[in-house]
Amino acid sequence: MSGASVLFDAPGPRARRRYTLLAVLGVLIALAGVYVVLSKMADAGQLTADLWTPFFTAEVWEQYLIPGLSGTLKAAAISMVLAGIFGLLFGIGRLSHIAAVRWVCGVVVEFFRAVPVLIMMIFFFGVYAQNNVFSSEVNPLAAVVTGLTLYNGSVVAELVRSGVYSLPRGQSEAGLSIGLSPGQVLRSIQLPQALTAMLPALIGQMVVVLKDSALGSAITYLELLNWSKTLGSAYANTVPAYIVAALLFIVMNYVLTVVASRVERRLARRGRTTLHAVPADPTGGEAGNVGGLENATPAAGAPARGRAGS
Amino acid sequence: MGDILSQYDVLGAFGLTIYLAFFSAIGSLVIGTIVAVMRVSPVHVLQLMGTWYVNIFRNTPLTLLMVFSILGATFILGINLAPDSIDDNVKRWAIVMLSVYHAAFVCEALRSGVNTVPAGQAEAARSVGMTFGQTMSHVILPQAFRGSIAPLGSTLIALIKNTTVAAVIGVAEAAGQMSEIIENEGSSIGIFLIFALGFVILTLPLGVLFTSMSRRLAVKR
Repeated sequence: MSGASVLFDAPGPRARRRYTLLAVLGVLIALAGVYVVLSKMADAGQLTADLWTPFFTAEVWEQYLIPGLSGTLKAAAISMVLAGIFGLLFGIGRLSHIAAVRWVCGVVVEFFRAVPVLIMMIFFFGVYAQNNVFSSEVNPLAAVVTGLTLYNGSVVAELVRSGVYSLPRGQSEAGLSIGLSPGQVLRSIQLPQALTAMLPALIGQMVVVLKDSALGSAITYLELLNWSKTLGSAYANTVPAYIVAALLFIVMNYVLTVVASRVERRLARRGRTTLHAVPADPTGGEAGNVGGLENATPAAGAPARGRAGS
Repeated sequence: MGDILSQYDVLGAFGLTIYLAFFSAIGSLVIGTIVAVMRVSPVHVLQLMGTWYVNIFRNTPLTLLMVFSILGATFILGINLAPDSIDDNVKRWAIVMLSVYHAAFVCEALRSGVNTVPAGQAEAARSVGMTFGQTMSHVILPQAFRGSIAPLGSTLIALIKNTTVAAVIGVAEAAGQMSEIIENEGSSIGIFLIFALGFVILTLPLGVLFTSMSRRLAVKR
């Protein structure tokens, strides 16, 4: 704990006794909490083995959880790829030396970052359904992907921009001084470095995409949450079904978080600047919670940017 | 457009959005501060518990928490927060879940503020003879607070946007109202823009405020 070293001295014997007391107290309170939860569940008959054993059968996995997972992963994967393309285009647009392009891209990015993903999904779901843009079984997926792409693409655009800003100015000056055009400097000097730098933050963003795909259940998209609901009514074990679904989400996202911080450490070892992977992004929001960027200048109106972890 | 605005209580829906955001912000600040104190405390067990809290709630979709609060907690476990009124029960659960979920992010925001304080600051304070309390109140916490303004602002903005998730359990806030309108009137750009602009109006000034505050109060190092 790096925080601990700033805040506290090495403990002496008295402090150590106090720490032990606090630890015991903490454990007791936690145990009391666990007891309350478990007894509530037991009262409602949610701890009986019948409700939990289905999760050890192939049927539950084959018919409910795997289709759910694949729905979630499909939406997340398509959205992430499209968001990458969207983000790259608009990120470069925001760095353009033509003021009009910069301005338009800025407005688009700031707009989609400020609008809740669910609002976009509901809107596009309605639009697609009325105009028969897609066949009716693809409609929910399309609406989910559109919402996720627009929001996360805008976040990625901000990452591209702050990635380029985080590079030392000497990089572009050197390029310009050997006679490259500003466009060439961007393409062959700044972007390759910026993309490497934003890799951890990009992986962290996948956590957001994965979590937000659950919003799709509100517009009838069949993902993990929706399938767990079906599973819960089929086996009359709603509570266990949601707990298992939550665990699956937690495991997937935790793995992504670990990968992000590994990549970050690896890049740091190679002496690269990185945009910190701060998966501190609640469902929507907090776009570039990008740490340690002294020279990243958030545009007026950009949500405050964190400097976490530096 | 005019008759949609006169027929439906769009302003009232946004009022409910603000209501949810206000109480969840307070709730998440309280829980988040407790978890943050645990995570930066010198007691290993408390650190672990704080880390667990953050990892669990940061990685669970808010939608799942919301749905669980009604289909699981209310219907099956029988935890009804307002037995006389279905409406109040969903609203209260929405606030609870928004608070619990965003507390994880508030905790991380506060902790990142603490992490911006270089260890030398505390060492210098102790070496001039300050006690633990003095070190905290005069040296560490003022700097830590300034360092966490920006991420706290981002969390608040995210929270305001996330109140829309309460629509999945039938709270008639902005997103719920919008989906009702779309169901009756059909989806159109106009309806989308009304609600989108509502959120831009709610979040944009906050973003500007927090950005300028974090710059003005930034600790020059």
